Amino acid sequence: MKMISAFAFGLIFGLGIAISGMIDPAKVLNFFDFAGTWDPSLAFVMGGALVVTAIGYRIVLKAPHPAFANSFSIPTRRDIDLRLVGGAATFGIGWGLSGFCPGGVVPALGIGRVEPWVFIGAVIAGMLVANYVESWRLRSAHPA
Amino acid sequence: MTEFTPFLSALGGALIGLSAVLLMAVHGRIAGVTGILGGLLPPKIADDWAWRAAFLAGMICGPLAYALITGGMPKIDVPVSVPMFLIGGFIVGIGVSYGSGCTSGHGVCGMARVSPRSIAATVTFMATTTVTVFLVRHVFGL
Repeated sequence: MKMISAFAFGLIFGLGIAISGMIDPAKVLNFFDFAGTWDPSLAFVMGGALVVTAIGYRIVLKAPHPAFANSFSIPTRRDIDLRLVGGAATFGIGWGLSGFCPGGVVPALGIGRVEPWVFIGAVIAGMLVANYVESWRLRSAHPA
Repeated sequence: MTEFTPFLSALGGALIGLSAVLLMAVHGRIAGVTGILGGLLPPKIADDWAWRAAFLAGMICGPLAYALITGGMPKIDVPVSVPMFLIGGFIVGIGVSYGSGCTSGHGVCGMARVSPRSIAATVTFMATTTVTVFLVRHVFGL
């Protein structure tokens, strides 16, 4: 049952990405091109998603626990550190070069073209490098 | 040029929001693609990898649902060179790992919770994306 619900919610997400235009790198890049071929559509994606999520979270987080889990898993940190800001700044550079963000490219994998698969490979390579560098740093800082 | 699509974009955005709300209500999880995908990667594959894989599989089937409704796959265009595309993907992977999230986790779920970290992250990546697109298109003319 958990698997079916997770699949269904992923399907809704992917359909939303496809309908909204977030799936198309050309459209994403045009949103950021204020000095050129500006397409403001993605502001409406963000607006629609934020309104529904902000209202919906207020309602569902009143429940004692999620339907299929014992507790809500919500990040609790509030500090803004260099790692967060530096990472976000880096992500933006990659997004601006390519037009794909992780949420945009995963549904694009289902279109049947090769570019999204190449891109997700590059993203996963970057994530693996970051993961292994960090686990190596943790190990050398705290040897067992 | 791409066509301005305010209604379809807002509708698609609302569906993304609906997915995030349902995932929270039922699984108690943030609908952040970086976090969901990250749990499937070594060296620390999450114990709860199954729902993550199911969610991503559902996402990949999104265009199929789109095709059933509209009669055709969504059209995409990648207007950048192959090296820039590959380097962009690698940089996205590094950035979302260190930044603990991307457009979905920070930009939608975190902003909806009014999380200071997510607001800082979203403002930051929107700014660097804008500057990058400006430099690429209008300064270097790539």
